[in-house]
Amino acid sequence: MAAGSTYTPIATTTTSGNATSVTFSSIPATYTDLIILFNGSVSGTSGDLAQFNGDTGSNYSSTFLRGDGSAATSGRVTSSTFINPGLTFGTSQSTYIMHIMNYANTTTYKNALYLSSSVASSSYVGAAVGLWRSTAAINAVNFSTSGTNYVNGSTFTLYGIAAA
Amino acid sequence: MPNTYTLIASNTVGSGGVASVTFSSIPATYTDLLVKFSIRTSNSNVGQGLKVTYNGASAYVNRFLEGTGAAVSSGNGTDEFIGDIPGNTATASTFGNGELYMPNYTSSVAKSILIDAVTENNATTAYQTLTAQSYAITSAITSMSFASMGSGSPTLMQYTSFYLYGIKNS
Repeated sequence: MAAGSTYTPIATTTTSGNATSVTFSSIPATYTDLIILFNGSVSGTSGDLAQFNGDTGSNYSSTFLRGDGSAATSGRVTSSTFINPGLTFGTSQSTYIMHIMNYANTTTYKNALYLSSSVASSSYVGAAVGLWRSTAAINAVNFSTSGTNYVNGSTFTLYGIAAA
Repeated sequence: MPNTYTLIASNTVGSGGVASVTFSSIPATYTDLLVKFSIRTSNSNVGQGLKVTYNGASAYVNRFLEGTGAAVSSGNGTDEFIGDIPGNTATASTFGNGELYMPNYTSSVAKSILIDAVTENNATTAYQTLTAQSYAITSAITSMSFASMGSGSPTLMQYTSFYLYGIKNS
């Protein structure tokens, strides 16, 4: 990848106040792909769920391949109200990278690829794909935990990648 | 437009190989670090572990998910393992590729690192490894050193290459 202008930070959020969700809104349509980097932890054991453009309908599905240190498993969730990548993390520092391809097009449904890294108990290292069955351009992404909160100081960073 | 994805240093191994490749004096001016690598080790196995140490210390926990073309498994460890790379009995001229991503490397909390590594050799066994690594030290990362695991003092072979990038979030 060429240095500089093709990998541009759009926004960063550092969680506080025991936040249970984080939203990036007004995402410009000027890039080709989006990257979201999470680095942090949650107060218990939790998945990290994603929705686009405030859509709370059953328009999401996901498939994952993951390992917990003793077994490798694969599973999927269909007709869900959010992308659930199945890559639970916990109270120790964890990282995931979410890559949304061609997010601004208004012709196709949207895919998101995940790579996730956690060594916490009941957590996983793995990969996942999420699908949003909408042709709308993505202009907002909401992340939420499944029943816990983000530990203060967790960071979400949104990057835009422009085709050279 | 900000220069947010910047090559800090690179290293390509010359004739005869080397025991390790080290990036030192890593500046604290970025948010994240990314290393892209292409590697082959002189170890006699078809696949051999790659290890990394940060700041010369050892305080690691890892968890991996690995496929071999025939099976998939997951395990935990407390060593510096970050994935499998081709050994010198793998098909000639094949190198393993991958990348290591370390967010917030100057932070005062434990580091959570994601590593993605692959090999392919048109033979019976190859390795695709996703590794989660946790490094418990809370100081900023100023150096990292890569080496082959395994017995017999294996070297990183000629044409092995590493590229260290810094990424800024603003």
